[in-house]
Amino acid sequence: MSESRPDPARDPWIALRGLTHARIGLGRAGDALAGADVRALQAAHAAARRAVHAALDPARLSLAEPFLEVRSRAPDRGVFVRRPDLGRRLCPLDAARLPQAPCDVLFVIADGLSALAAARQAPGVLEAARASLPGWSIGPLIVAHNARVALGDEIGTLVGARCVVMMIGERPGLSAADSLSLYLTWDPKVGRMDSERNCLSNIHAHGGMAHDEAAFRLAWLLRGARTLGRSGVALKDDSMTARLPPPTP
Amino acid sequence: MVFYATLQGERYRFDDLRTLLARASPLRSGDELIGVAAADPVERVAAREALANVPLRAFLNEAVIPFEQCDVTRLVVERHDAASFAPIAHMTVGQWRDWLLGYEADEAALAAIARGLTPEMVSAVSKLMRNQDLIAVARKVRVVTAFRNTQGLKGRLGARLQPNHPTDDARGIAAALLDGLLLGAGDAVLGINPATDSIETGMVLVHMLDEIRRRYDIPTQSCVLTHITNTLAMIERGAPVDLVFQSIAGTQRANESFGVSLALLDEAHQAARSLRRGSVGENVMYFETGQGAAISADAHFGVDQQTLEVRAYAVAREYAPLLVNTVVGFIGPEYLYDGKQIIRAGLEDHFCGKLMGLPMGCDVCYTNHAEADQDDSDDLMMLLAAAGVNFLIAVPGGDDVMLNYQSLSYHDILTVRSVYGTAPAPEFERWLQRMALLDGRRRLNANAPLALPGFLDE
Repeated sequence: MSESRPDPARDPWIALRGLTHARIGLGRAGDALAGADVRALQAAHAAARRAVHAALDPARLSLAEPFLEVRSRAPDRGVFVRRPDLGRRLCPLDAARLPQAPCDVLFVIADGLSALAAARQAPGVLEAARASLPGWSIGPLIVAHNARVALGDEIGTLVGARCVVMMIGERPGLSAADSLSLYLTWDPKVGRMDSERNCLSNIHAHGGMAHDEAAFRLAWLLRGARTLGRSGVALKDDSMTARLPPPTP
Repeated sequence: MVFYATLQGERYRFDDLRTLLARASPLRSGDELIGVAAADPVERVAAREALANVPLRAFLNEAVIPFEQCDVTRLVVERHDAASFAPIAHMTVGQWRDWLLGYEADEAALAAIARGLTPEMVSAVSKLMRNQDLIAVARKVRVVTAFRNTQGLKGRLGARLQPNHPTDDARGIAAALLDGLLLGAGDAVLGINPATDSIETGMVLVHMLDEIRRRYDIPTQSCVLTHITNTLAMIERGAPVDLVFQSIAGTQRANESFGVSLALLDEAHQAARSLRRGSVGENVMYFETGQGAAISADAHFGVDQQTLEVRAYAVAREYAPLLVNTVVGFIGPEYLYDGKQIIRAGLEDHFCGKLMGLPMGCDVCYTNHAEADQDDSDDLMMLLAAAGVNFLIAVPGGDDVMLNYQSLSYHDILTVRSVYGTAPAPEFERWLQRMALLDGRRRLNANAPLALPGFLDE
């Protein structure tokens, strides 16, 4: 007996599927899901799992500039997911090695929960962001392993940055395993609260925010933070009302 | 009070009840995160030995979180019913564990002691129980509640239909809702987690759910799971609110971080009851909880996460809820690391909630950074059904596209119902029959969208 597959031309769910990317109108085998639908979910989950456990290999990022690598106190991915506190602090050896290099903005490419996101999105966003920030002094590029968002606070303090931008992989979902977030923290120091940061999320190529768009909004937030002298809930992202025409694709 | 145990030639000391409970708790990453877990498996078993010898009365004399610092502790003390406690007042925790499993502890006996139990007693005894014990005792407890149908009856298994959408698009939600109804889900509640905090969006969704429910005369209740203050605002604006939802936790400070207080819960409970929208019952509250909530709010007082979870149930039982569920694998691997921890926690939460007298359900779920997959969810789903869980949560294909985690699918609910021979709430099952969604043997037909005609018409 062959596996039952719906005839797409007779699929009564076709119109409804356009309304949501939720997995509606799936096939059945008795009470259970049809085998093809079970495997489709397994495939998406496998991709998400791979993204969570992947290592960030900076040699494969094709970065146009030199970079410094640092590690958090979480020695491996297993500890990293269990101990967010360790992912927020630098391992002492790397903390001692970081150079003082006062600057306006420091960019950190961080694996977070998806090294895949950092690898796929961060170089493009970084290039676009540099072009959007004329007149800003930009510090040495940092690549951070087993990093949570707050790791940027310690990095920023040691380097002497006025502002740190963490470009960090988000927790993978089934629809996008390579989604990046940008977290901007003005005057970074250990102990900053999440309410003192601004975030741009969902930067990916499956209907998420494009690299140029992310860079444009980041530059808008950075100028706002500089004017206010701080980031966080006091700084609202009104970049949408101050938009430039969209860049040509 | 200090507790001691000697095991394998080594003497262990536990400084107070809070520490003893934490050390006796099964291994979980959240307790390791805050540094209260046992140092090794031997210390854990030594703690259980000491805990088994603690008289239940000791729990009435020592609070794990000071009375002065936490209104949940005060609530527990004020509500403790000495008469209900009397049948077990002479026992130690270890003796009580054996009593719970005994033949004399039947449905009536367990119901009779519920108001005499404190969360810490219930947490303590669960730590002396294996997974099969948690199932065997929980299945003796029956908690029946009602609004537009009756939940928790013998031979029944409810399902919350969760048709979330990442931008709260009403038609996208309606499509996922239709999918679930055609697969027989939704008797526990038609419940949407909105993506935004907006009251306007909440109003649109509440009206949409109510309109669909009335159009097809579905004997069920709807809920938009927004913050309780938003729901109160919607009630004031005349919205057709069936159930009031709120996430709650086991300490005053954690509840404050959720923006909720006992007074606010009282106010919302009264407001929803005053609408008199239930047809077969008046249970109007819906609570969600989950181990790790108080830790993630930095409001744990050094208490283990499972004990904190049971304290949340002491809050819930104050409001005679229609539904309570733990969202067991949602918060992440820093609290429940893998499938083993998630499964154990799900069984504990269900057992403890039922013993406290709550209509416990469960969101059997996991995130992509936990060491778990759909097989672990299958295991927990089957075990909870064996334990007599009131309801489970289901989303299209098991993939929640708004909250980005995996729950059960509508199909999973069909499978578990057929494995155990259970059915949805009787009023809802009759509706499924009336709409010709079931065949003559109570099985679900292959229902095309037109089985509920006009669902998505403008």
